[in-house]
Amino acid sequence: MSATGKDLALRGITKLFSGFTAVDDLDLHVPAGSFFALLGPSGCGKSTTLRMVAGLEHPTRGRILIGDDDVTGTKAHQREVNTVFQSYALFPHLSVLENVAFGLRRRKVPDALGRASKVLDLVELGHLAQRRPAQLSGGQQQRVALARAVVNEPHVLLLDEPLGALDMKLRRQMQAELKQIQQEVGITFIHVTHDQEEALTMADTVAVMNAGRIEQIGPPGELYDLPRTAFVANFLGKSNLFEAEVVDAAGPQGLTVQFGETTCRLAAERAVQQQGRIVVGIRPEKIVLTRAGRRPADAQADWTRVTGGRVRDVAYTGVSTEYEVEVPGAGSLTVFSQNLRTEVIGPGTEVDLWWEDANLFGLAGGSDTEAGVEEL
Amino acid sequence: MRGETMSTDPATRHAAPTPRRRFDAGRWFVPVVGGLAFLYLLVPIAYIFVFSFNDAGRTNLTWRGFTLANWQDPCRPSQLCEAFGNSLMVAVIATTVATVLGTMIAFGLERYRFRFAGSANMLIFLPLATPEVVLGASLLSQFLNLGVQLGMGTTVLSHIMFCISFVVVAIRARIATLDPALEEAAADLYASGRTAFWKVTFPLLIPGIAAAALLSFAISFDDFIVANFNSGAYTTFPQYAYVAARRGIPAEVNVLGSAMFLGAIALVVGVQVWRYWRGRKLAAL
Amino acid sequence: MAVNTTPGAAEELTTPQEHVAPPPLPEQSAEERRTWRARGRLGMLLVIPGFAFITLFFVVPVFSMLAMSLYVRPEGAVPGEFVPGFNIATYAHVMTTYGDTFVRSFLFATVATVAALCIGYPMAYLVAVRLRGRHLLQGLLLVVIIAPFFSSFILRVQSWRFILSDESWVVGFLKAISVLPQDGRLTATALAVVAGMTYLYLPLMMLPIYANLERLDTRLIEAGGDLYAGGLQTFLRVTLPLSTPGVMAGTILTFIPASGDYVNAVMLGNNVDTTTVGQIIDSRFFHATDYPSAAALSAVLMAIILILVTLYVRRFGTKEIV
Repeated sequence: MSATGKDLALRGITKLFSGFTAVDDLDLHVPAGSFFALLGPSGCGKSTTLRMVAGLEHPTRGRILIGDDDVTGTKAHQREVNTVFQSYALFPHLSVLENVAFGLRRRKVPDALGRASKVLDLVELGHLAQRRPAQLSGGQQQRVALARAVVNEPHVLLLDEPLGALDMKLRRQMQAELKQIQQEVGITFIHVTHDQEEALTMADTVAVMNAGRIEQIGPPGELYDLPRTAFVANFLGKSNLFEAEVVDAAGPQGLTVQFGETTCRLAAERAVQQQGRIVVGIRPEKIVLTRAGRRPADAQADWTRVTGGRVRDVAYTGVSTEYEVEVPGAGSLTVFSQNLRTEVIGPGTEVDLWWEDANLFGLAGGSDTEAGVEEL
Repeated sequence: MRGETMSTDPATRHAAPTPRRRFDAGRWFVPVVGGLAFLYLLVPIAYIFVFSFNDAGRTNLTWRGFTLANWQDPCRPSQLCEAFGNSLMVAVIATTVATVLGTMIAFGLERYRFRFAGSANMLIFLPLATPEVVLGASLLSQFLNLGVQLGMGTTVLSHIMFCISFVVVAIRARIATLDPALEEAAADLYASGRTAFWKVTFPLLIPGIAAAALLSFAISFDDFIVANFNSGAYTTFPQYAYVAARRGIPAEVNVLGSAMFLGAIALVVGVQVWRYWRGRKLAAL
Repeated sequence: MAVNTTPGAAEELTTPQEHVAPPPLPEQSAEERRTWRARGRLGMLLVIPGFAFITLFFVVPVFSMLAMSLYVRPEGAVPGEFVPGFNIATYAHVMTTYGDTFVRSFLFATVATVAALCIGYPMAYLVAVRLRGRHLLQGLLLVVIIAPFFSSFILRVQSWRFILSDESWVVGFLKAISVLPQDGRLTATALAVVAGMTYLYLPLMMLPIYANLERLDTRLIEAGGDLYAGGLQTFLRVTLPLSTPGVMAGTILTFIPASGDYVNAVMLGNNVDTTTVGQIIDSRFFHATDYPSAAALSAVLMAIILILVTLYVRRFGTKEIV
């Protein structure tokens, strides 16, 4: 199959529903052939954005371009865009093969059934072609939905939480398969999900969406390493966020920030705000925890040491241990400690925390440190 | 399954090991009462069936011996088969029109925005809240005022009116259970609105529409009161039976009634068995 | 308006749906506005033929019946001749003459409805819950419920007349065990009329309840079984409240035709103690050609039904009556 993917561009897209703004002045550019994830909590506008690209909704303001064509005014059936729906939306009255051939038949493509069979073989379901969707398992239905979209060789393929209904094990397997199929067919994939792990493992580029706006776009590693807002820091993985004062903004190694008794250095390009009170963040697995007065074996000379911590809570998860540590001047910090040794430090123990300053990031002062924390 | 979903609630977890049914009578109550109810429903039918074989002569009141003659020539009593044919004809036309109009209304109300949705719902509900005698009498007044000749036409019109609300209610319920994502998927797969309707929505609604049509047919075929007001000299099967009942209903009427009953059962069971068999065949592939 | 209406009819059937239309927004793009208008237009096209029919053959007749109820009889008119007027006295007349008939009709209808509920609910529960998953048996029993419609209602009432007749073994048996006195009878009694109504409208009670119970999640009953232990408690606290919409629909659909019924009254009663409003309307219309009285009786009957149904729906609060 040839590479058919095209660029997708959204320019100033706004969608108003009565009473609220679902999507707020959104600009987005997705290069041809890439695997793009739109990540956000439910109600953030990601599904509405997807539906506007599909043509199932029309934007209140803004333009949608596929390749060089402005498709804003066209209807869903006129767009060379296909969707894998969250509920799969397989036609219950048609066989699996007829489901897959549906789009080809509408466009009067010759040998629709032959092509459909080939794509069914690609997803390894050729032997179930004559079944009805209701006779398939969830994972099989998911693959039929994918085959039904891919067979049309659309410019852009939209995936609306396609793995949401599968169990964990099957989801992992399907993630790998999806990624592989995307590379084989070369179609531009846009994947909407609220599962951050799914977005990080599959996508080339991830856009984190919140309240109708994009908070940050970038490759998964970059987003994780250097979040620019408290929402991204908390929604993508877990972060320790605490307030600190910039005491010296002119140093050669960046900013010097202070919280409690501790000072540490923060590279200027890793900070959104370079003066005054800012919010400093560090990932829980980037902190090393020792009994008070000890030193980690691999610690470098320039590591920051935070003293006076006290373990408040310990959760043993097998591969690692999660500590909640009360730190003067920073509040409660979470530490993920890999269980390399057998020692688990008990609650109430006095501890020191260590980290490499290169892992710190700085957010705007006054950020809501709870933004994007997933509620249970 | 239950343990999994309930385990978060300590009260439930605690209650689980205790025996679940102290009120064991409930186990038997439902099947016994339900079974008796079905018996109650079928007793008159059984009577109708049995007396269709009665060697009755003119009045079919007492058992006079078994005969197949009634079944061999059900049209013997004058005008019986004509009335029966009239009823079938009226039911077919009324059902067709009521199903088409009702399906359209059901779609309009269920799937489109409306400024007068409240009044529209009222317009569907009011005919259902009107007893047949009132519906029949008011339609008759209307026909008399307009000087319309009573007959098959007025009977059909009154039956369409009588059936239409039932059809709307039945089909609306089915449309409401249809996943809107299916139509969106069709649009997404290059089907124009029209194609999506005929290739996806309509085939999926066929069982619901068929059920509504069957209900409509049953209501029309069974109606006596509305027809009695609006049919004039045109006689339907229930009217024939009503008039004959004063002298004793001929056994041939029982024959036709039984045949319709059995035919209805055969039709529905046939469809069910066919769908079941098709499902099995597909599963075996 | 005339632009491309018919080809567009099925065109918009598939765009995303809102059950309740949101109010138009202050700002809309051309596409949004176009879709919005097309959907509104198509919706109208779909409902107009049906609503025109209902208006012509229900709304207008009901109003002309209301007008007819106020007609006056001119001096020296031939029977059946009336002229338009505003004769409220007809209402006073029918209410004083037939007040107790109304009471009796609604009493019969109420008793028949309660009886049909007591019989229809276990039936519906048996088919929908106890036999869940046994599709063939379920289908067969449902057919048995609907099929009697096809054997003609007059025939079924006639059967009851026979079964309950003075010579029948049922009456003989009841006399033999002294439930019925030696000179007692079943036909021509209120009991026979109510039993006939109960029988006749039972499917109308059972089917809505079945449709409701069919969707009931049986795990809720099991959970109720865990919480309340008693089966009766579970039923009263879990199953019955959940099936309220079905019970509402069933009772309303049974009560309405039962309160206007006259075939049972004629065929199983035929006795001054069993006369119903329906019977009076029929005889005013056809035998006495007293159209204003028949119309006034119809109007009062409908008004009382609407008031009772409204009160009932308010009291047990559900919007899903239709």
